[in-house]
Amino acid sequence: MGYQGHFRVWRGSAEGGGLEDFTVEVNEGEVVLDVIHRLQATQTPDLAVRWNCKAGKCGSCSAEINGKPRLLCMTRMSVFAEDETVTVTPMRTFPVIRDLVTDVSYNYRKAREIPAFKPPEGVAPGEYRMQQVDVERSQEFRKCIECFLCNNTCHVIRDHEENKESFAGPRFLMRVAELEMHPLDEADRVQQAQSSHGLGLCNITKCCTEVCPEHIKITDNALIPMKERVADRRYDPIVWLGNKLFRRS
Amino acid sequence: MPELERHSFDVLVIGAGGAGLRAAIEAREHGMRTAVLCKSLFGKAHTVMAEGGIAAAMGNVNSNDNWQVHFRDTMRGGKFLNNWRMAELHAKEAPDRVWELETYGALFDRTKDGRISQRNFGGHEYPRLAHVGDRTGLELIRSLQQKVVSLQQDDFAETGDYESRLRVFQEFTVTDLVLDDGRVAGAFGYWRESGRFVLFEAPAVVLATGGIGKSFKVTSNSWEYTGDGHALALRAGASLINMEFVQFHPTGMVWPPSVKGILVTESVRGDGGVLRNSDGKRFMFDYIPEVFKDKYADNEAEADRWYTDPGNNRRPPELLPRDEVARAINSEVKAGRGSEHGGVFLDVSTRLPAEEIMRRLPSMHHQFKELADVDITAQPMEVGPTCHYVMGGVRVDPDTGASSVPGLFAAGEVSGGMHGSNRLGGNSLSDLLVFGRRAGAGASDYVAGLSARPVCSDEAVAEAERTAVAPFSGSDAGGENPYTLHMELQQAMNDLVGIIRRAEEMEQAVERLEELKRRAATVVVEGHRQFNPGWHLALDLRNMLLVSECVARAALLRTESRGGHTRDDYPSMDAEWRRKLLVCTLSGSSVEVVEEPQVPIRPDLLELFEHSELQKYLTADELEG
Repeated sequence: MGYQGHFRVWRGSAEGGGLEDFTVEVNEGEVVLDVIHRLQATQTPDLAVRWNCKAGKCGSCSAEINGKPRLLCMTRMSVFAEDETVTVTPMRTFPVIRDLVTDVSYNYRKAREIPAFKPPEGVAPGEYRMQQVDVERSQEFRKCIECFLCNNTCHVIRDHEENKESFAGPRFLMRVAELEMHPLDEADRVQQAQSSHGLGLCNITKCCTEVCPEHIKITDNALIPMKERVADRRYDPIVWLGNKLFRRS
Repeated sequence: MPELERHSFDVLVIGAGGAGLRAAIEAREHGMRTAVLCKSLFGKAHTVMAEGGIAAAMGNVNSNDNWQVHFRDTMRGGKFLNNWRMAELHAKEAPDRVWELETYGALFDRTKDGRISQRNFGGHEYPRLAHVGDRTGLELIRSLQQKVVSLQQDDFAETGDYESRLRVFQEFTVTDLVLDDGRVAGAFGYWRESGRFVLFEAPAVVLATGGIGKSFKVTSNSWEYTGDGHALALRAGASLINMEFVQFHPTGMVWPPSVKGILVTESVRGDGGVLRNSDGKRFMFDYIPEVFKDKYADNEAEADRWYTDPGNNRRPPELLPRDEVARAINSEVKAGRGSEHGGVFLDVSTRLPAEEIMRRLPSMHHQFKELADVDITAQPMEVGPTCHYVMGGVRVDPDTGASSVPGLFAAGEVSGGMHGSNRLGGNSLSDLLVFGRRAGAGASDYVAGLSARPVCSDEAVAEAERTAVAPFSGSDAGGENPYTLHMELQQAMNDLVGIIRRAEEMEQAVERLEELKRRAATVVVEGHRQFNPGWHLALDLRNMLLVSECVARAALLRTESRGGHTRDDYPSMDAEWRRKLLVCTLSGSSVEVVEEPQVPIRPDLLELFEHSELQKYLTADELEG
């Protein structure tokens, strides 16, 4: 049955703010987002929170709960003790707009910097043939709901604003891997992953994989294989020698 | 007052789901400067929730499939009330729209010979749904989103500006269309983040705002589904048809309460899942209607053989069209044979090996595990009907998506006619692509043919602004809370114009809606305009009330049961009603509904059906003629 839960919610804007305490009803089977909505409906009508599908499919309601990057709609209240204070704060890596809503435009900028799928020349629509086993690798990455929790947690940019310029973040490095592993994509993406999207900054601590609500193995299946492809190309001694001898850059 | 932000475009697309993005891509490829305005972040539209697949008669799995078979299934599903031209275009063009997605980078599940795999679904004669596990909507939205980005990259290469030809304004709400002498001149709205007002000047607007589910208490729809496009069209002078037809998806989650209504994909049944009541009985065999008796198995043995030998066996009744299954579940629960939380059991755990379930239904497994703590590989799911889709919408020209208002177009769920009285699963995603593209082209052609651009008058803009800020200065007499009104509206629609309807209740609903409209005029919100959900809801409420009135008034008039409109007091289908459309328009602040004759079906399309089947739907003189 229902109980009175203790919540601390960060409220404020780009100019500043802080944690505010609330006592609010919690019912059986609810998730954190339900409680945030109850706060809106009963105590704080102007509490800003971004959400949409409420089923873990759209990736809108990303925030940090007790310091952990999570989706508000997929965090059940039953994982907390009834007397535990639940602290909800906005994602830290992105600038706050208001309350729990952050400016995630960094992610949309990075999405634009990844060259799009390059369709195979001379293959008409309807003539694409691919084997299930070959599409499955990229399909895993296409499960991504773009909640940006991986980019939020990644230490390369979490506390290093200066890296945002050169680093696409796990989400978009995974997008590069997805296209690189697409059976019919015709672009060469290996060099760019390192030179334009900052793959070298990733030191595979797997924080992104840990927070992924879709349980995509970002590090093992996307980032490490990309690093290996880069290494094959860049550090291959014969290629290196060829480049030296024939002055190819 | 700060100066109004202004933008000028050739084509405005309102909504960034499947229909909106496909329309925007088309308009941009026609050389139009195009803007997409959406309430959520780019890529979060409700289309992501679509699970099962995209229906397209590619014939990859069963080569007997073709557009004629798909057309027939669509008309049957809609109980022959569909706009036949839309159903024809849809069936013919859907395969091209799916193949086109592959050129955008989409990765569908494959057949053994490397083609796009297709799965069975309710009401479709052959395996027809292109899919990616059970997250097809996500694949569709992401592919379209990535195509938009790719066009922006092309524009960047050429002009140095990603947004020179195609720009997305996200987290932006349109509150009113601006007209010039009855023609579309632009749209007025606000940034959800800052509350700042913006005027978009544009001679053509494509509405692609989706549905109306947030007017109902139990719904699979997200907060965005407040009938904005339906209401914008009405206020601009366009008409809506088929608003009495609301689809209740048979299988929504019923527990826990906070996720009540969230969808459980029909693929669960397409892949072998069965429905049982609390006695453990597979009850759908008791609910096969007369018109479907020759297509659906009447015993378990035959139904089970169908999965492996569809050529020699009839289909399991779990795969009847959605309206039939939803009513059956409703009856079982009412008869006291429901589950603990007021649903029935949907079981796939005893039908498929666990690893097969994980492969075919990964997101269902995830959803139940995380939200209900139920492992669907070991336990049945509890499910019940949930408001899912509105068949009704803006009356449009099938070929161009044009409404009766010059410059106003509509595509996808916000348009009406394509699905008749009931939509088949899988026909929505294909609808978005086929008619999104057509509306984008229609709007482009319209703009190209204009000799002078319409003008947004200062008075019209000032009026739109007054309406938008009204909730901050609400009258002292009322001071209504928008959240309270919204809950009352949802309860009224659910109880009085829900899955089973009767005259007295709908009359009550109309009265209740009048009262809610009066109270909504006094809504008051606190705070300021920056990201203020209370204010946003107050403005959305106006649309939900208007659209709910259409549903209630039209439902009251249609004295028969057909598809997504079931009446206790008129339980059977009436062939005379098949020939009539109920058309809603706005007159002052009230909705007016009038009967109009339905466009007769073209003879060569009628010939695709057996005479004996047509007898079930058409009147005697239609059959002679």
